[in-house]
Amino acid sequence: MKIVIIGNGMVSYKFCEKIIAKIPANTAEIVVFGEEPRPAYDRVHLSEFFAGKSADDLLLASAAWYAANNITLHLGDPVQQIDRSNKTVHSYRGITEAYDYLVIATGSSAFVPPIPGVDKKGVFIYRTIEDLELMQDYAPRAKRGVVIGGGLLGLEAAKALLDLGISDTHVIEFAPRLMPRQIDENGSRILEQQLKQLGLQIHTNKNTSEVTGDDTMTGLRFADETHLEADMLVISAGIKPRDELAKLSGLETGHRGGIIVNEHLQTTDPEIYAIGECALHNGMIYGLVAPGYEMAEVVATHIANQVSSSPAAKKTFTGFDMSTKLKLIGVDVASFGDPFAPVETSRSIVFEDTMKGVYKRISITNDGKHLLGGILIGDADAYNMLLQTAKNKVILPPNPEDVLLGARGGSQDAGPGVLGLPDDAIICSCESISKGDICSAVEAGNETFDAIKKCTKAATCCGGCTPMVKDLITGTMKAQGKYIRNVLCEHFAYSRQELYDLIRIKNVRSFDEALDHYGAGDGCEVCKPVIASIMASLWNDMILEKGNDTVQDSNDRFLANIQKGGTYSVVPRIPGGEITPAKLLVIAQVALKYNLYTKITGGQRIDLFGAHLDDLPNIWEELIEAGFESGHAYGKALRTVKSCVGSTWCRFGLHDSVSFAIQIEERYRGLRAPHKLKSAVSGCIRECAEAQSKDFGIIATEKGWNLYVCGNGGSKPQHAILLASDLDSETCIRYIDRFLMFYIKTADPLTRTATWLNKLEGGITYLKNVVINDSLGIAVELEKEMQQLVDRYKCEWKEVVENPELRKRFSHFINAPGTKDPTVRFDSLRDQKKAAEWK
Amino acid sequence: MSIAISQDTTTVWFYACNVNDVPQNGGVCVKYDEVQIALFRFARREAWYATQNLCPHRQQMALSRGMTGTHNGEPKIACPFHKKTFSLEDGRCISDDTECSLTTYPVKVEGDKVYIGIAQEA
Repeated sequence: MKIVIIGNGMVSYKFCEKIIAKIPANTAEIVVFGEEPRPAYDRVHLSEFFAGKSADDLLLASAAWYAANNITLHLGDPVQQIDRSNKTVHSYRGITEAYDYLVIATGSSAFVPPIPGVDKKGVFIYRTIEDLELMQDYAPRAKRGVVIGGGLLGLEAAKALLDLGISDTHVIEFAPRLMPRQIDENGSRILEQQLKQLGLQIHTNKNTSEVTGDDTMTGLRFADETHLEADMLVISAGIKPRDELAKLSGLETGHRGGIIVNEHLQTTDPEIYAIGECALHNGMIYGLVAPGYEMAEVVATHIANQVSSSPAAKKTFTGFDMSTKLKLIGVDVASFGDPFAPVETSRSIVFEDTMKGVYKRISITNDGKHLLGGILIGDADAYNMLLQTAKNKVILPPNPEDVLLGARGGSQDAGPGVLGLPDDAIICSCESISKGDICSAVEAGNETFDAIKKCTKAATCCGGCTPMVKDLITGTMKAQGKYIRNVLCEHFAYSRQELYDLIRIKNVRSFDEALDHYGAGDGCEVCKPVIASIMASLWNDMILEKGNDTVQDSNDRFLANIQKGGTYSVVPRIPGGEITPAKLLVIAQVALKYNLYTKITGGQRIDLFGAHLDDLPNIWEELIEAGFESGHAYGKALRTVKSCVGSTWCRFGLHDSVSFAIQIEERYRGLRAPHKLKSAVSGCIRECAEAQSKDFGIIATEKGWNLYVCGNGGSKPQHAILLASDLDSETCIRYIDRFLMFYIKTADPLTRTATWLNKLEGGITYLKNVVINDSLGIAVELEKEMQQLVDRYKCEWKEVVENPELRKRFSHFINAPGTKDPTVRFDSLRDQKKAAEWK
Repeated sequence: MSIAISQDTTTVWFYACNVNDVPQNGGVCVKYDEVQIALFRFARREAWYATQNLCPHRQQMALSRGMTGTHNGEPKIACPFHKKTFSLEDGRCISDDTECSLTTYPVKVEGDKVYIGIAQEA
């Protein structure tokens, strides 16, 4: 048997993949003709080409894959003629191939409206990698770009122009609004507003009458006689099925294009099939990839059944749901089910937030039981869940708005979640993988996301179903009674939270004891610092005693931050960033004496770099003598409480933010936690101390203090969230006590408060309940534990300086005390020193 | 292929320090002329190891300040700079196949004195 496929786009590739899986090896000869010079690539993610992906990255499979599966691939060689009576095809390069079955998957081309001047230089279409390469060559000389077409593809093309560096990009839409076929009027309005904010100029109700210019375009003229200057135009006004070869071969085509097919995707010649965007089924052209893949499945099954001795269940193509979710220039846009359900048979629930640019509308049956369809703009996280709820006619919760907004208060659940879906619910609509497929794969032992992707192909195309697939993996494992344990490392089969409780109950005071009771082996660089941190958070003992010095992270072990070259930096505590001139002088004298590089830190302190290990106790002796304390810059501990100058000097200040910052810094100094902690106090809403970027931040109000929690800067900045407002100072500190202790008790190792909150079930609402409403009944205990830590605080550098045994450990050579590491090298820079560059 | 060291070289043992100079489960740096050697003690098993003090990754004299541990029972040291881990048995880098290996030295304990062995040409 010989199968010839004309075209090598996404659907053609999918057909190849499916047919070789369905027929025994070597029973069919498969030949593919493609017009483009490269094998099928991912056209859905074409715009990523400009965002840095190479043409190779976009390939669905390399030429080697075709060869390995015995598929003959002719690239850059379109078929020009089909001889139906002799059942042969003839290619542009003169190849003649006979076929038993012929599959036409020629796809579509860009529809170019007959506007005068579209042949000028500077006018492009947006369809293939070659089109993109032409645009890329031309873009550097273009200042203003225009896209004709405000639909899906047009907005994709506009994104491409932005990615090419043309910030002045305009979109022209003939209709009165954007994406009229997919979303409703309000949705269009919000989308337009969002895109405008991102710098796109949108012109609706514009009928382009001419592309102006001589050889090279200079602008567009519209039917209303207005004119827009531009030096680059991309036409993306729709698609035109590639049916010319079919027409030439006498196959029936539609009036407006498309090869007419039946429910088996057979053309008027039953041995010739048409799939993808060139096929016209029941008057519809399907311009999305998922229906194309479904067509490939139907035809592959149909052909395989005719040669197989044990035919599979017959499949037919009965139309396809056009639900879709996209990210257009950073804005989520989704529509699913029947987004335009008529008012006679349905009710709608609308949520609109014009400030955040979010619009959601769902249509439900009049009895409120079923979801019919909907539109999501600006936030489409719920898309997959809603789509499945609609498709599977899942009974809606008593307050149907919960599926849109989540349960608010009360104990009711917002719908049954992905686990409540029936087994045949399609989770991955690109690859049509059902919930049952995924769950049985998990039961068969594929217990990681990667393993599921590999064995089911779910989540390998658009990736939209990723969260649902992950939920199904954990859900199925839990249902099997498998407890997904979050263990520390090979030496401790417990999570941090479990160890915290065990160490507290057993009053464990050293790493060795912890290892004896709960561990195995010798420990490692993962478990040692975690246990050390837990013990420090629980007992606040001197961290270098009881043999615990060597289980501290390197910086904690030497109470300083190791820097390039092996020297250390020293940060004295400067509470609230307030320092007297006399103390400044001491820092300057110490820095001069020990030849240290000085720099102001982001946390309103002074960092002294380049100290030899052997000098650290001497440096601290002098600093402590002058009244300084350790700043704990080396620890996963409270670092600094930054402040603005507040009401003592500032004409806007409402309260004395410096005094409150000092009070807070002195209360929590030395507090060790799963990760470093930063704080700030601002004296008014101008927020000069940047409190909303801290683990806990305080802002003065007319009536007291607002307390924000769980913010951080760093690589993934996150704003802190308001926990409580208008607090008096005492209540504010009580809430901070509870918040910090609860975080210390429950967070995973090296998890900042922001990440901890993101993972906390119930999020900020739950945290508010624990801290403010004492929902767990532990508030008194948390406050008591914090008070114990506060009471036990001692400056650990003071303890070292006063203890000769501890001091001895700050020596580079054990057998040559006082000899500094001779390999340390410095260079000079702007009148100070810097570490020599490492290799 | 084997390297026939024992025939052409002899091991010279030099006194490094006393047992109690070394933290129970950690390391110290020992000076041997211009050479810096990291000496490690696993007090739970009274096992001793010695390697070069230089971490080959960024050429830092830091391994003696690193954290000791085991990986599937094999003793290892993690550099304080970037947590590259090296086997204390054969010196190979455990966390990165492409990293250079460490030179290792034999250690012996007599009474409360710790000696490190240096191979010298016969």
